[in-house]
Amino acid sequence: MRIGRRVRLLAGVLTLGLAAAGCGGAKVETGAGPGQPSTGATGSSAPATGGTVRIAVNPWAGYEASAAVLSYLLENELGYKVEKKELAEQVSWEGFESGDVDLIVENWGHDDLKKTFIEEKKVAAEAGSTGNKGVIGWYIPKWMADKYPDITDYKNLNKYAGLFKTSESGGKGQLLFGDPSYVSNEEAIIKNLKLDYKVVVGGSEAALIESATQAQKQRKPLLFYFWDPHWLFSRIDLVRVNLPPHTDGCDADPKKVACDYAELDLDKIVSRKFAETGGRAYELVKNFSWTNEAQNAVADDMTNNGLSPEDAAKKWVEANPAVWTSWIPK
Amino acid sequence: MTSPPAALSPAQTVPPTPRARTPLPSWLAPLGGAAVAVAAYLLFRGTALLPHDDDAAQFAAVNDARDWVDANRNESPLFLFFVNYVRLSVGALHDVLRLVLHGAGWAGLIGAAGTLGWLAGGLRIALLAVLGTGSFAVLGLWEAAADTLALVLTAVLLSLLVGLPLGVWAGRSVRLRRLLTPVLDVMQIMPTFAYLAPMVLFFQIGPASATVATMIYSIPPAIRITALAIEQVSPTAVEASTALGATRRQTLCKVHIPMARATIALAINQTVMMALSMVVIAALIAAPGLGSDIVRGLSRANVGLMLPAGIAIVVMAVVLDRITMAAAARGPVPSGALSSRSRLAVAALLLLATGLVARSLPAEFPQEWVLRLAGPVNEAVNWAKFSWYGVTDAIRNATTEALLNPLQTVLTTAPWWLVAAAVLALAWRTGGARPAVTAVGCLLATALLGLWQHTMETLTTVLAGVVPTLAAGLVLGVAAARSPRFAAAQRPLLDAAQTMPAFVYLLPALALFGATRFTAIFASVVYAVPPVVRLVEDGIRNVSPAAVEAARSSGSTGRQLLWKVQLPMARPAILLAANQGIVMTLAMVVVGGLVGAGGLGYDVVSGFSQRTDFGMGFAAGVATVLLGIVLDRITQGADRRPSPRKKKRIA
Repeated sequence: MRIGRRVRLLAGVLTLGLAAAGCGGAKVETGAGPGQPSTGATGSSAPATGGTVRIAVNPWAGYEASAAVLSYLLENELGYKVEKKELAEQVSWEGFESGDVDLIVENWGHDDLKKTFIEEKKVAAEAGSTGNKGVIGWYIPKWMADKYPDITDYKNLNKYAGLFKTSESGGKGQLLFGDPSYVSNEEAIIKNLKLDYKVVVGGSEAALIESATQAQKQRKPLLFYFWDPHWLFSRIDLVRVNLPPHTDGCDADPKKVACDYAELDLDKIVSRKFAETGGRAYELVKNFSWTNEAQNAVADDMTNNGLSPEDAAKKWVEANPAVWTSWIPK
Repeated sequence: MTSPPAALSPAQTVPPTPRARTPLPSWLAPLGGAAVAVAAYLLFRGTALLPHDDDAAQFAAVNDARDWVDANRNESPLFLFFVNYVRLSVGALHDVLRLVLHGAGWAGLIGAAGTLGWLAGGLRIALLAVLGTGSFAVLGLWEAAADTLALVLTAVLLSLLVGLPLGVWAGRSVRLRRLLTPVLDVMQIMPTFAYLAPMVLFFQIGPASATVATMIYSIPPAIRITALAIEQVSPTAVEASTALGATRRQTLCKVHIPMARATIALAINQTVMMALSMVVIAALIAAPGLGSDIVRGLSRANVGLMLPAGIAIVVMAVVLDRITMAAAARGPVPSGALSSRSRLAVAALLLLATGLVARSLPAEFPQEWVLRLAGPVNEAVNWAKFSWYGVTDAIRNATTEALLNPLQTVLTTAPWWLVAAAVLALAWRTGGARPAVTAVGCLLATALLGLWQHTMETLTTVLAGVVPTLAAGLVLGVAAARSPRFAAAQRPLLDAAQTMPAFVYLLPALALFGATRFTAIFASVVYAVPPVVRLVEDGIRNVSPAAVEAARSSGSTGRQLLWKVQLPMARPAILLAANQGIVMTLAMVVVGGLVGAGGLGYDVVSGFSQRTDFGMGFAAGVATVLLGIVLDRITQGADRRPSPRKKKRIA
């Protein structure tokens, strides 16, 4: 075969193509704003209707609830088109750079990512609080707290370690953890508080939910990493184990953490381009702020009452006009 | 899916390895070896361990490489003139296909699938295609299905565009084949999760990188099977053609390609199947389609949400498989009364008619026709998980305590040199010196990567998963070979188990067995049993009818026939099945990381979801490949053929 000639031909065609492209090299887009169709956007989005907003949907129900309500308002009140992208938490940030993501609705801290993407790469910007308070902690089903009243104090955890022993925990008590992308100090806390426990990784939110549901139903002991806001609190009574209270800077060195998690003010992160050219859509995103109860209600409808995200959002929007009308830009 | 892989043609099976003659009884050496190993373990356990360090220097080095790419994405010529163009053009092709499929509407899609089915295989296939495509709409998923189809088509088109010429070339050049084989091996054993993060690094998130990731996974069969097809073209025909004065090019176009046509069609079929099995994972890097429904269902612990999407993927696999297989089965001259030209004319008319009908139908599929499965499915799952929990919990605990924990303790507390020596001895015995050295080299390389401990943990789950996989595969395979009726009843189940995305059955398994290694093993058994069954069934079927007839006429019973004739004669096929079962169990290990399997799988998942763990995740992917090679070399005495083998999903 005369491979040689073909390769040369191919190279020629490629060179021509590159020359035709003119700019002499393709750069990664630094965030396509709404109104500009980018890769992945379908069809023409006429600027008159506001264009497309690309929302990252991270894999937990509360996030999805916030995203659903924002999408509903963007589409029905402002006439934007919304593209939702199912993405893991940290992968979403990469989307700011390529223009695949305009908005992360619910960010849990992540000062390292903020530093990289907001300060260094300058492709993202903060867009204010969601109003939601994020509380990470160690939880047990309520029946355990009733049965062993002093179990909620971390100092007594070692006394009960035998209860939490499983076939996975190697003779120690088991602390069930979730998805590797979560904010986590578990290993350090256990080590520094000298707890006789081992972190067993569930791997996903589903693993935590299924375990908690079974623990409640079968009255099996369970100690697990969880967080509020979450719809699970409206289904199962959970009690938080009190770790040494959080003080400023007690978690500065990840290896020396021996305190509880700080209460996080969850916030919104947008691509820089969206912040600059997002118009009314960006205004709405910035104004969006609600409570943990509101988010849990929508998440519960989506997860347990068989409503689609759109229907759950619609239900909340119709019942709470007083809350969201103030978000709509004048 | 339904057809045995090309690797199985009888011409290629290898006779059983002749045993070396020794004066001592043959069981003495292995027994003695095992005794020495046990004694060494008891003496030295807990020494020469290689503890795991999340911040190992090796991982940091990979992180640095990541940071370099991150910083140079808009400066380095590699990106400006190559990577970014690949991304743009792949993305553009995908967008075009997606627009076309969506533009056709649900009715247009059904009509087009029917026409294609008719062209490929006549009325029966057409009906199947229509019903299959129609089911997407009935499940309320036709838009997601169109997205998935667009992604699959883009990946397959590009895979064939690159893979077929490469395959033809490799089929005619032994040197190229030798060069390609290890590369293709790595492409297939590398856990798909492990290259998602690098994909995002190079091509960003979105359909473009999802397509490239899918291509990496689906291109090896395109190249391998094409090469095999060209290689197998009868040398007499080639000689005759050259003798008649044909140029190389003429020989290629008039002899090689037409004669290899059926096998090349099989290559296309396999490429399609592999691409389809990748789309769910591609959803994790923002590829639209059925995969995102499944990922969403997983994050909400909602089986009802995932199952319809899972069913749609299975149906899509069946339809695509039957269409491509029908096209492959047809001879070079189309059969039937119609000439090829008039067939095309009829097809065009059919398409036109569908187009007209589609325009008169509503663009949106009528909501009242959509079947809502989520409610009843969730109720059934809830009932099962709460009422079976006692039993499943007991099974899980018993297995974990009696098997998994002791095995893991042994593997993680044995000195590294002892494990290496055991692997060396085992591989030497089954395969000989060269495989043994490769196996030990790869095993020790996992220690250099800083992942010895986690590799041993993973090895535990793989070993524990392989035993039930092989047992079930052997029993079901033998049953299928002996009873055509059983085989026919079992086939659709095997198809479903193999094409149903693992995420879908992960969730019920999670509910029943909790977040444990056991759950991961359960999932890997479901995933790895079908190819084992198929290989065993095929092996026993292919036992020479003369031998079977001879045994029958000399009065052996069915049981004697099986034990004395069929099983021994099918030994190579059964060993190949074992080899495949092991490699596939390993392939499932990473997904097991999502449900508590720990080990390398969890590292890979972490690497994908935490920026700081990028290096560890990538290293863990490499370690998985290395472990795959170790296990393959140990079991490869079964079949020493050079090329197309180690198909993770024989499909």
